[in-house]
Amino acid sequence: MNNMTNNSLNETHLKNSTSDKVMYSETYSVTEKVSASLKRRHRKESRFKAAGLLSVLLGFCLVFILISDITYKALPAFHQHWVKLEISFDPSWLSLKDSGESSLLSANYRKVIKHSLYASFPDVKGRKDKRKLFKLLSSNAEFTLRDKLIADVDLIGTKQPVWIRLDDDVDSYLKDEPEIGAAGARVDSQQAGWIHTLQIQNRIEKRFNIAFFTHGDSREPELAGVKGAFTGTLLTMLVTLLLSFPLGVSAALYLEEFAPKNRWTDIIEVNINNLAAVPSIIFGLLGLAVIINIFGLPRSAPLVGGIVLSLMTLPTIIIASRASIKAVPPSIREAALGIGASKMQTAFGHVLPMAMPGILTGAIIGMAQALGETAPLLMIGMVAFIVDVPTTVTDAATVLPVQIFLWADSPERAFLAKTSAAILVLLSFLLVMNISAAILRKKFEK
Amino acid sequence: MKKLILAISMLITSTAAFTAGRDTINVVGSSTVYPFSTVVAERFGKSTKFKTPKIESTGTGGGMKLFCAGVGIDTPDMSNASRRIKKSEFDLCAKNGVEDITEVLVGYDGIVIANSKESKQMIVSRKELFLALAKEIPATDGSEKLIVNPYKYWNEINQALPATKIEVMGPPPTSGTRDAFAELVLESGCKKFSWIKAMKKTNKKRYKTICHAVREDHVYIEAGENDNLIVQKLTANPNAFGVFGFSFLDQNSDRLQGSEVDGTEPTFEGISDGTYPVSRPLYFYVKNSHAGKVPGILEFLKEFTSEESMGDEGYLTDKGLIPLGEEKLNIVRKSVLSLTPLKL
Repeated sequence: MNNMTNNSLNETHLKNSTSDKVMYSETYSVTEKVSASLKRRHRKESRFKAAGLLSVLLGFCLVFILISDITYKALPAFHQHWVKLEISFDPSWLSLKDSGESSLLSANYRKVIKHSLYASFPDVKGRKDKRKLFKLLSSNAEFTLRDKLIADVDLIGTKQPVWIRLDDDVDSYLKDEPEIGAAGARVDSQQAGWIHTLQIQNRIEKRFNIAFFTHGDSREPELAGVKGAFTGTLLTMLVTLLLSFPLGVSAALYLEEFAPKNRWTDIIEVNINNLAAVPSIIFGLLGLAVIINIFGLPRSAPLVGGIVLSLMTLPTIIIASRASIKAVPPSIREAALGIGASKMQTAFGHVLPMAMPGILTGAIIGMAQALGETAPLLMIGMVAFIVDVPTTVTDAATVLPVQIFLWADSPERAFLAKTSAAILVLLSFLLVMNISAAILRKKFEK
Repeated sequence: MKKLILAISMLITSTAAFTAGRDTINVVGSSTVYPFSTVVAERFGKSTKFKTPKIESTGTGGGMKLFCAGVGIDTPDMSNASRRIKKSEFDLCAKNGVEDITEVLVGYDGIVIANSKESKQMIVSRKELFLALAKEIPATDGSEKLIVNPYKYWNEINQALPATKIEVMGPPPTSGTRDAFAELVLESGCKKFSWIKAMKKTNKKRYKTICHAVREDHVYIEAGENDNLIVQKLTANPNAFGVFGFSFLDQNSDRLQGSEVDGTEPTFEGISDGTYPVSRPLYFYVKNSHAGKVPGILEFLKEFTSEESMGDEGYLTDKGLIPLGEEKLNIVRKSVLSLTPLKL
């Protein structure tokens, strides 16, 4: 693109100088001057081109390094080690009275797991050692059993092989591929020995960690997933889009096509431009003061988050839309008006479709900004630990950037990988959003 | 356009009606207590028929503000705090109608000074830490004057300390950990100078500025609220020290070691029996009036104060909480389950 304009500029320069030759008598010296400087100007151009290419390459390199670093760190998060235990669902161990749901819910599953685990290691004696052995399993193992039993009541009284998640410390230990029996970061040599025994018995398996995509947040890294945050992001972005896109485009259309040009519209324009530069936390404070305290909407809800973020994206969308509406040639409007279209028909039937690609670009920039925001969400209570996956816009929810922030701040080391994996999910979300906007834009450009 | 406005206003009124009943417990407050109360909340949600409580990480002060804003289901039910509730906050609560509050002492959190295992473990006293990190220190000639902290190397303070540059990464002033560090380490080191200690009675404000002010000449580096970041920087720079919560040392014990402060290493046992001097209590506060309104509050308190969670071998200790000990836990449990109102 740059190249072409540069060349055509040069050509016009040359043409001018040739016509000059005819007109003036001293033309010869001018041509000489021009051709003497030609080499220098070409050098300048190629230097500029090289610098441009270099900066693009550098940018690509940095993005590549960033993405590959994140991906490398995220890889452990996509796998999880499981262990097979022979569990006997003995009603007396479970302290079951009947097979009703309430007694199933409160049954003693831990005892069952302990019995099975200690049976596999008969030589482990002493309270301390037994505790260490039990710590190999995820602390949520009992709930795995509970869900299994509730799903199939007939299992009571039988002996079943059950796969149970290993604790995150053990999981990270195995992912580091240690020497046999060597102690790791959070696993001592005794535990390492037990793990090795289990490995020899073929009772440890590495599986794809599907829970990362199907679970909500958890404080146990082996159970933590992004589904809650992902759904929260989706709902929040939906509210943001539904509010800011129609409002922003209508405002821009009104200001460009219908509003009289006077001092009031000038003031509005200046204000909109200023709003685009307001730090996002201010919008969060506004959300807290007005939307939650005055209107009484629930805290931590995607609805409130969406409203706050749409306040933030509105100026971006309005400014981009106005610029792209302004760029529609006046001849289009005049032609439409000339054949008898009303102002409204002109605006919606001719100006808006032509301006749409630019408007979509503005919208996508605004949405991408909103997607990465955490600061305003802090004030309205979306920086929170929420386990349940939200289903409506009024459920308590959190969003992906907040989830990344919360995981990055957790002491458990296994969350490091989860953090990077969540970043990858956020980046893919952004990518999907951008691609769909690009497709829409292509459609409008035709 | 009109339809849109109508739709939005309908949405708003319908959601306002929606909030009239709430079935999730709302908790706000300290980011230090957050890792512990979230674990209890998750277990509570899984093992009972109640919904999983929602825990916001707002910081102690921010949480108290929200907590004391009033009673009613649009305000939080509980607030986590990494320090005791202040008189001013208690009064604000009372003014807004939050009269009966139950205090729950959760356990203790140790604050450690740690460095990479590649270097030697440091043995340091709180007085030496004060001399290394305070903005102004008493003049070296023994007179009762203050000078701007001149120390650049640890061994300038005490020959026994390493001959490396003083470089300490820690939390910024907004953090509760920083407040506790200033109070438990700097102030107690500062008190070792008898003339400054005497000032506490005559000029309390001046005393506090001297004892709590941290130097600003890039020797103490504010590393943000994220303790994991400090851990990473410490492994990259073996000469630097970091200040953070015990649970982060516990999780990274293969890479980091805690410095011995006043003769005790920061270990689980040392913090729980009180011999390690730098530890602080963690609390949360409950609105008694919400106990009947929001389902599950009493059950949540029961789960929180149970032997299984807060006990000596409870699951919270696996997350790095230092337990209260049996005797104290029994007292706390008794007062919490009967919702005994706090008096200040």
